[in-house]
Amino acid sequence: MIDRAQPLGVLTALLLIVLAAAAPALAQPPATNVEDPRLYDVASQLRCVVCQNLSVADSPSEMAQQMRAIVRDRLAAGETPEQVIQYFVDKYGEWILLAPRRHGFNWLVWVAPFAALALGLLLFAIVVRRWTRRRRAHVAATVAPAIDPAMRERIRRELELEEGDR
Amino acid sequence: MKRRSLHWLIPFAALPVLALLAYGFRVNHRDIPSPLVNRPAGTFALTSYSGEAMRLEAYRGRVVVVNFWASWCMPACYEEAPVLERNWRAYREKGVMVLGVDIQDKPEAARKFIDQFSLTFPNALDPSGKVSVDYGVYGVPETFFIDARGNIRAKHVGAVTDDVFRREVDRLLAERG
Repeated sequence: MIDRAQPLGVLTALLLIVLAAAAPALAQPPATNVEDPRLYDVASQLRCVVCQNLSVADSPSEMAQQMRAIVRDRLAAGETPEQVIQYFVDKYGEWILLAPRRHGFNWLVWVAPFAALALGLLLFAIVVRRWTRRRRAHVAATVAPAIDPAMRERIRRELELEEGDR
Repeated sequence: MKRRSLHWLIPFAALPVLALLAYGFRVNHRDIPSPLVNRPAGTFALTSYSGEAMRLEAYRGRVVVVNFWASWCMPACYEEAPVLERNWRAYREKGVMVLGVDIQDKPEAARKFIDQFSLTFPNALDPSGKVSVDYGVYGVPETFFIDARGNIRAKHVGAVTDDVFRREVDRLLAERG
């Protein structure tokens, strides 16, 4: 059991080291062009339509500035953040959301990375286990080769004879 | 018994990627799906560069072509400007209206653009970007074809050609009867 657990233990340790190294980066607050937290909350969920993977909150582009102004005006007019987001979804489709909504086919986007990671870890664990087994068998074969039973019997007899002579 | 090797299956892992590439190459990249097609066009009221009111509602009952452009949009907006002007002149007698909405632009540069192509259809600046967001505009140029009942029936991304203009407008005119 200990042998089996060893590669998984190494994997877990590696994963923890990687995550620990990434923690400071994750903890840093995102750069923002928005002071109002409610406005930031909505704008950070919307994709800047003229940028590459930037939110409306983070983009300095004129289009994003105009979109932020629209968000601000709608919130000031009494709309809820959900209603404001829905307004943009009605105009652009769900593409405008940086995080796809969790329903139907979208679940694939949410689940697939974790499933792929789990599958990858499983395959890695299997390969590591095979390697360590093969290596152990090889070491056992070279260090302690199997003794022929006939030879063993001969050694035993010769030892007995030697003891009898004494 | 010796286990049969399944290594020959490995190249088949590339099949889904190849299928995705084949699909991607067959799709027209200008056909960006818009949730607004077949839905009522957002109304707007702007002031044209010639100082007149430009209201979409004023043209209800007519086929309207709304074109989003900018003077910095090179070369697509420069390619389509003569096309729009030519077709506007050809179709205005049939009751077709062409409206230009200039986005994220400087008025001086926009006026120069209008003069350069001698545009005679109304053009107005969208100063707040509200009209472009109302139409789900990603960039310029984008053109919307609106039927006589005020519904968006088609969206074209990129420079409009004579073929595109005539095909869409003729279809909507035929429907109107």
